[in-house]
Amino acid sequence: MTSFPLLSALIWLPILSGVLVLMMKNRPAMAKQFSLWSSIAVFILSLGLYTGFDTTTAQMQFVEQANWIPAFNIQYFLGIDGLSMPLIILTTFTTVLAVWSAFECIEDRVEQYMAAFLMMNGIMVAVFAALDAILFYVFWEALLIPMFLVIGQWGGPKRVYATIKFFLYTFFGSVFMLVAFLYMYSQIGSFSLLDFQAMPLSFVAQFWIFLAFLIAFAVKIPMFPVHTWLPDAHVEAPTAGSVVLAAIMLKMGGYGFVRFSLPMTPDAANYLDWLVIGLSLIAIVYIAFVALAQTDMKKLIAYSSIAHMGFVTLGMFLLYGILRNTGEMQGAILGLEGAMIQMISHGLISAAMFLAIGVMYDRLHTREISAYGGVVNTMPVFAVFMLIFAMANAGLPGTSGFVGEFMVILAAFKANFWIALAAATTLIFGAAYTLWMIKRVIFGDVSNHHVAEMKDLSRREFMIMLILAIGIIGLGFYPAPVMDVMHASVEHLVQQAMTSKLP
Amino acid sequence: MSMHNIFLTILLSPLVGAFIAGVFGHKIGRSASHRITITSVTISTVLAAYVFYQYVFNAAEAYNATIYTWMVSDGIRFEAGFMIDRLTATMMLVVTFVSLMVHVYTIGYMDHEEGYERFFSYISLFTFSMLSLVMANNFLQLFFGWEAVGLVSYLLIGFYFKRESANQASLKAFLVNRVGDFGFLLGIALVLGYFGTLDYASFFDGLNAHKDTVIAVGDTQVHMLTLLTMLLFVGAMGKSAQMPLHVWLPESMEGPTPISALIHAATMVTAGIFMVARLSPAYELAEGTLTFILLTGAFTGLLMGVLGIVQNDIKRVVAYSTLSQLGYMVAALGVSAYAAGMFHVLTHAFFKALLFLAAGSVIIAMHHDQDIRNMGGLAKKMPITYGALLVGSLALIGFPAFSGFYSKDGILLAIDAANGWAPALAYGMLMIGVFVTAFYSFRMFFMVFHAPASDYVRTHEIHESPWVVTVPLIMLAIPAALFGGFFVEDILFGSMLSDAIKVLPEHNVLARVAEHGASAGALLLHGLMALPTWLALSGVALAWFLYIKRPDLPPVLARRFSGVHATLRHGYGFDRFNEVVFVDGTRKLAGFFARVTDARIIDGWVVNGTANLIGAGAKMARHAQTGYLYHYAFVMIFGLMGLLAWALL
Repeated sequence: MTSFPLLSALIWLPILSGVLVLMMKNRPAMAKQFSLWSSIAVFILSLGLYTGFDTTTAQMQFVEQANWIPAFNIQYFLGIDGLSMPLIILTTFTTVLAVWSAFECIEDRVEQYMAAFLMMNGIMVAVFAALDAILFYVFWEALLIPMFLVIGQWGGPKRVYATIKFFLYTFFGSVFMLVAFLYMYSQIGSFSLLDFQAMPLSFVAQFWIFLAFLIAFAVKIPMFPVHTWLPDAHVEAPTAGSVVLAAIMLKMGGYGFVRFSLPMTPDAANYLDWLVIGLSLIAIVYIAFVALAQTDMKKLIAYSSIAHMGFVTLGMFLLYGILRNTGEMQGAILGLEGAMIQMISHGLISAAMFLAIGVMYDRLHTREISAYGGVVNTMPVFAVFMLIFAMANAGLPGTSGFVGEFMVILAAFKANFWIALAAATTLIFGAAYTLWMIKRVIFGDVSNHHVAEMKDLSRREFMIMLILAIGIIGLGFYPAPVMDVMHASVEHLVQQAMTSKLP
Repeated sequence: MSMHNIFLTILLSPLVGAFIAGVFGHKIGRSASHRITITSVTISTVLAAYVFYQYVFNAAEAYNATIYTWMVSDGIRFEAGFMIDRLTATMMLVVTFVSLMVHVYTIGYMDHEEGYERFFSYISLFTFSMLSLVMANNFLQLFFGWEAVGLVSYLLIGFYFKRESANQASLKAFLVNRVGDFGFLLGIALVLGYFGTLDYASFFDGLNAHKDTVIAVGDTQVHMLTLLTMLLFVGAMGKSAQMPLHVWLPESMEGPTPISALIHAATMVTAGIFMVARLSPAYELAEGTLTFILLTGAFTGLLMGVLGIVQNDIKRVVAYSTLSQLGYMVAALGVSAYAAGMFHVLTHAFFKALLFLAAGSVIIAMHHDQDIRNMGGLAKKMPITYGALLVGSLALIGFPAFSGFYSKDGILLAIDAANGWAPALAYGMLMIGVFVTAFYSFRMFFMVFHAPASDYVRTHEIHESPWVVTVPLIMLAIPAALFGGFFVEDILFGSMLSDAIKVLPEHNVLARVAEHGASAGALLLHGLMALPTWLALSGVALAWFLYIKRPDLPPVLARRFSGVHATLRHGYGFDRFNEVVFVDGTRKLAGFFARVTDARIIDGWVVNGTANLIGAGAKMARHAQTGYLYHYAFVMIFGLMGLLAWALL
């Protein structure tokens, strides 16, 4: 396995190409083509992780380890398992679409815009691959910078407010995480995540570490009540920024729970699972209502993202309730795998929704629902895609949106009937806010002359939509290939989360 | 070809047709689109007929096999698969046959309409979805099919997407169905939770062990199977439009008539009844649920029928009659007469599809005017349609020897044979319903065909529809008249559905009915002298009296009983109630959450309060760096990366 450092390549190649693109000042066409092809190359390269993956083990794979700052035993330590691998491929995949989607709508400082996305690609892969806490933290925070720039430079009119809010919120959260890392380091003298997972911890320590993690990850996901940065960030962000934000960055929070909270502080997680479950249900029910009231399409989808991420956090923290309620573990894996597949699925669906809204925004330069109406008359092909994505957003079977929600609801029932009942309301509300928007935007007679002049999808837009639609429907009809790579790791995770770490 | 491949071909052939017509429809053109979809559905129909023959007449073995494994998680296999027995084989034939008739009919009905290819694609897609629902051998695929037919229904109700009312109706249909699915999904969660499988066969195997299992819901102990079957039935109430989830069906008439026949009368809306029959081993163990089902069906059967009397839109009359007939089927399930319920599903599929298509033929002739007050005197102008509507109406009201006679009588006799107050109440209500059915059916029939011709009819050229319309009518009229008499013994008293439907001996009301004679002849003889027939005939007579003999009376009656009339016109106020309580209530709550909790409290007080303090500082910093900020940040990244790289080397 040591022959080719694939993970390093997936981190540094995009960053390096980002640097190269930065030099292509005043050559926007070249910058675009180079960015697209290099991101495609990285995506293809990342498929090597899937083909070379050993699904039978929960051990870290593709491991690379080197000293970075030996004085503090900080290492350049990379590796993946079934939890992170799908997220990495989702990252490289999304980057291709994000870069390609920006070909026409960005005219200003193209090379910098493209470079930002290429660098983000490398940084996000690094976040999912890092097995050293400091390495993880560096990349976790580094990601804020390009995203901050993308929103701040190419964003909407209120971008300053949105970027500051975005920055403060996430910075605020991660500081607690850093403190938790430092505490654990002080106990064992290592920053290795695997050591963190193995070390014994007193309940009090676990309690505070769990809360520190919770704050960091809850902001990122985001969970109620620290979610209000997301709608603003989305509304101000350019389309590709929204895509990366929704498809990947939110997943970093979910990933944090399975890589840090559950295995490192299992006793505290067991003790405080009600808190996460409660906040998840608020996300699913309350946020759905908030989504219903939105008049801005991007805000609506942003809120819907929060509601869908509620299923991720819910699925992850059901296991203790299942054990308490039924006395056995059957269902725990279902919930966790449901959460994981929900992350992948939401990556595809939210990317698709934001891209679709971007397509309309490029034509009318507004995201207000009331400015549209009857788009199907002028953009029939687009309308088909929009409807597919909307149905996926509403969790229709046969789309990826169904898989995770279905699994989490089934698992939730094992823990508590009322949790399942509350979660299942998404069937009604998810459909309500999504299809009501579709009704007002897509259907009806042409509502005004702006809509009448809208042109249907260009070839490039069509290809992007088609790729996403195939992904969403493919995963809906055959989730097994993605599911199979997770089993060993999720089983291992359940074991970790169920093993007390009290000294 | 192995049976497995035959089943696969039946299932997938319409999907292929739908895909080609949907994706390449505008390239290959209108006639190619309808040829391809009709060919694909014909293949399914022919093979389904072969399967039906093999199962019903040659007693082929029930078939239960996996198509592919959707996924495995937590040791549970989630699969797609076939369970084919005589119940399935019968449903498959009915679905494909009616679908084929509707496909052919659509050539005539949708001629000159925009979205012709799209329409064919949708109805083929529907056929695939419905087949995957009835052929399923597990709850996952059942739910797939269940939601897929809902999706196609949504698309077809909103087919005329320029019309606001159509979009409203499609959204409403989807959401109301989702309310049902909410219960349905929880029911499935219970199945998995207690039986550890979604497979029908394993579920049935586990039933005995869980016969008396109780489950704590809050502080109360609930019989698990009662809760499970109730939740699943909530799904059936949505799909099969039982009160109070019936509200979407009348508005679904916004869709083109062919799909009203196929989806909202013959097939999709009967999915709930099929589901209960398929899961009869579980329902048998839940007495409470059965009583609930019985009463739901009885109330729907009578109250929705009454609404049919005050409708003036020809399609709405038929729609309310569908609601009412669905109530009859559901009521039969409630007394464990699953076979009787399914029998009515089958006969109803034929005669209701016939009624809808005949109504559509009238609508074509009337140049898409659907108000029966503007018709009259059409009998001589369109004799085939006239005959078709007559056959359909006679079957619907249960005129002796027609299909509907046997199936409706079967239901009434079964309910009569059951003991207790609930069956007695249901029997009384459904008996009145027979009279009501006959009255509204022939009210429409007389107003369309025998009343004096309206100005419109006299001044416009009105002629019989083309053969693509009339041939399906004739093809459907045959089973609408004869199917019942031919199959009544096998279905109600014989073994035709007994491999799928399980009834406890003490619940077996149909066996009690059989004691009085279990042949078509005996039923016919008994029926001629029994109350339902005479109720039906008096309903027809009253309709004739009020709308042919004394057409001046109905308006007088409407004025005299204006309160009652208004209540009926507004459908007992269900829509109004839903609008005020659920729609407005939800919107208000949503607005409150968005504006007050989210925007003002969290964002306004907590976040911005803090942010304003820091924001002031950040603003100053920003001023100092304007224009250089992004350079700065990139330098920061490089610095970090450089540091990292340096350390590595």
